[in-house]
Amino acid sequence: MAEIVLTKVKKVYPGDVLAVRDIDLKINDKEFVVLVGPSGCGKSTILRMVAGLEEITAGTIEIENRVVNNIAPKNRDIAMVFQDYALYPHMTVRKNIAFGLKLRKYAREEIEKRVQEAGRILGISELLDRKPRALSGGQRQRVAVGRAIVRHPKAFLFDEPLSNLDARLRTEMRAELKRLHGRLQTTTIYVTHDQEEAMTLGDRIVVLKDGIIHQVGTPLEIYFQPVDRFVGGFVGTPPMNFLNGKLVAENGGVMFDEGTVKLVLPQNKHTAVEDMVGKDAVLGVRPETMHVADSAHSENIMPVHVDVSEPLGENTDLYVSTASNKSVVARVESHPGLEMGKDIKLAVDMEAAHVFEVGADAKNRTVEHSRFAS
Amino acid sequence: MANANDVAAAKTGAHIEARYSIGHLIVYITLVALALFFLLPFIWQVLTSFKTLLDTERTIWPSVWVPRNYLKVFEQIRFGRYFFNSIFVALWVTTLQVTTSSFAAFAFSRLKWPGRDKVFLLYLATMMIPPVVLMIPNFWIIMRLGLYNSYAGLIVPAAFSAFGTFLLRQFMMTIPSSLDEAATIDGATEWQVFTDIILPLARPGIIVLSIFTFMGNYRSFFWPLILIKDDALRTLPIGLMYFDSVYGQQINLLMAGSVMSIVPLVIVFVIFQRQIISGIQIGAVKG
Ligand SMILES: Nc1ncnc2c1ncn2[C@@H]1O[C@H](COP(=O)(O)OP(=O)(O)O)[C@@H](O)[C@H]1O
Ligand SMILES: [Mg+2]
Repeated sequence: MAEIVLTKVKKVYPGDVLAVRDIDLKINDKEFVVLVGPSGCGKSTILRMVAGLEEITAGTIEIENRVVNNIAPKNRDIAMVFQDYALYPHMTVRKNIAFGLKLRKYAREEIEKRVQEAGRILGISELLDRKPRALSGGQRQRVAVGRAIVRHPKAFLFDEPLSNLDARLRTEMRAELKRLHGRLQTTTIYVTHDQEEAMTLGDRIVVLKDGIIHQVGTPLEIYFQPVDRFVGGFVGTPPMNFLNGKLVAENGGVMFDEGTVKLVLPQNKHTAVEDMVGKDAVLGVRPETMHVADSAHSENIMPVHVDVSEPLGENTDLYVSTASNKSVVARVESHPGLEMGKDIKLAVDMEAAHVFEVGADAKNRTVEHSRFAS
Repeated sequence: MANANDVAAAKTGAHIEARYSIGHLIVYITLVALALFFLLPFIWQVLTSFKTLLDTERTIWPSVWVPRNYLKVFEQIRFGRYFFNSIFVALWVTTLQVTTSSFAAFAFSRLKWPGRDKVFLLYLATMMIPPVVLMIPNFWIIMRLGLYNSYAGLIVPAAFSAFGTFLLRQFMMTIPSSLDEAATIDGATEWQVFTDIILPLARPGIIVLSIFTFMGNYRSFFWPLILIKDDALRTLPIGLMYFDSVYGQQINLLMAGSVMSIVPLVIVFVIFQRQIISGIQIGAVKG
């Protein structure tokens, strides 16, 4: 029943570096939560405060209904996997994995049993007598995970554990970590700057920027209902396109006027944007919600010029310029006639588009909330 | 693959060429000359140790070889006793200094406490004071502590060292902090982090410091000279002075004793050659 609750958690580093601002977050028992955000947004700081490696400036952190602010890391019953693996170079794999158990005075047979078990689960049984120096990156990664799981802790904390691996191993280990979580069902907080990793691993994702939580939600919520422009732009590859323009009312409908084209908002979205009519707005369009226009499309069509065409197989990424000379990326079904230099027409699926308001709050911070997020 | 091999072969070729270039030849000749130059005093010392007293002032090469000089050293002074004293004191100093330095280095590199880095700067500053300047205050303190003319008087002042602390701190700074953090989460206390993680990883630094400390103390001259009165407490450098004093000047015996006194250093050097060289490099690179 290891629930982790952060209440108004704040971190100020010496030198008045405000790294985390009043974060509220509840991680449920057995949940796999991913903290994601650009480098420097405070992910590691949050994780390290949960681990007890960093003092909490203000607020409380509870693990299993116990406030741990003043509890030493070793008494929090958590395990952490570091980006650089932090394997003890002078100990064999076996000793690395057993170190925590030994310090906790487990019986010799129990230690051996658990080391063997971890070795089996992670496929490193043959490596137990090697030193970390003699292991590949992927193997070191497994040992680091092994060291975390032998203690059967209340929670796992991962700080960018895959970022030192090459792309193929990363995908492989990603799947393995997911499988491991399915098997052990241990509450997990996982930090990464890679949105794809976040999407594939998390039961829920916490999107952070500048020490603030922008959105908490399931991967699909984050993807389909980003609360603001930052989240919309951060999640998804290629990233969401943003068009600047104005909302206008015409012929009983609401349109987004980009200057050279007008895109019609579907009826069911009118109420959400009623008060924005006549004002500046940003339209968010995911590359995969654009299609090459054919006879079936009659509205929301944008004439564009193909600057670069990248066939990926089934799909092709088109880097195009609009009539107003704005760069846009579209991911469309591959077919002939999409070569560089061609002039084509793209149809925008306005059902899937996002409208972000443009403005400033009382503190003069930019506000780019989505009008469609629930 | 063939390409890669070609490149590798080309590289080796270039390497061989470079090794025999004129520039390298000059460097080699210079180094060999320098090495011989540094060996000269030692050669002179060994030659002198086999000379008659008369020869010492007249010839470079002994006209007669007198191995008995070495026996005479034992007859005229308590060489064994001095030798024991030197080793005894140097071992104690080394043990204590390495222990205190590693504690202090851990505190300066790992523990977080207010003013830590300022205190460390003060430590460093003490290294800039010439040792002679400290001789009199140190002597006064040791007198007051009642340690004049004792082993403890020889050992205690050298049991702490800013240089040792500095050397080990620099070494420990290179150990990634995620290791102690992992150990902390694994359940280690500060003490266990020190003994189980940092100390084993700082081993190369500790070996280097041990060697330097041992060699430095074994050779120390001025402090034992002013501190020790009893013949039984004399260390080798002081004991050997008998041969160059008011009781007479026997340079040949002095050199014979010196040659014998070098033996432990040579042994240490032969065993730890690699560490000594890397230690010099630590000093050179890290400054
Ligand atoms: N020990 C520290 N002292 C001062 N500032 C720090 C320290 N650690 C991190 N920071 C700052 O806090 C912010 C968040 O850092 P971090 O949590 O490491 O970000 P992330 O893991 O998301 O990349 C950054 O601006 C970083 O420079
Ligand atoms: Mg980080």
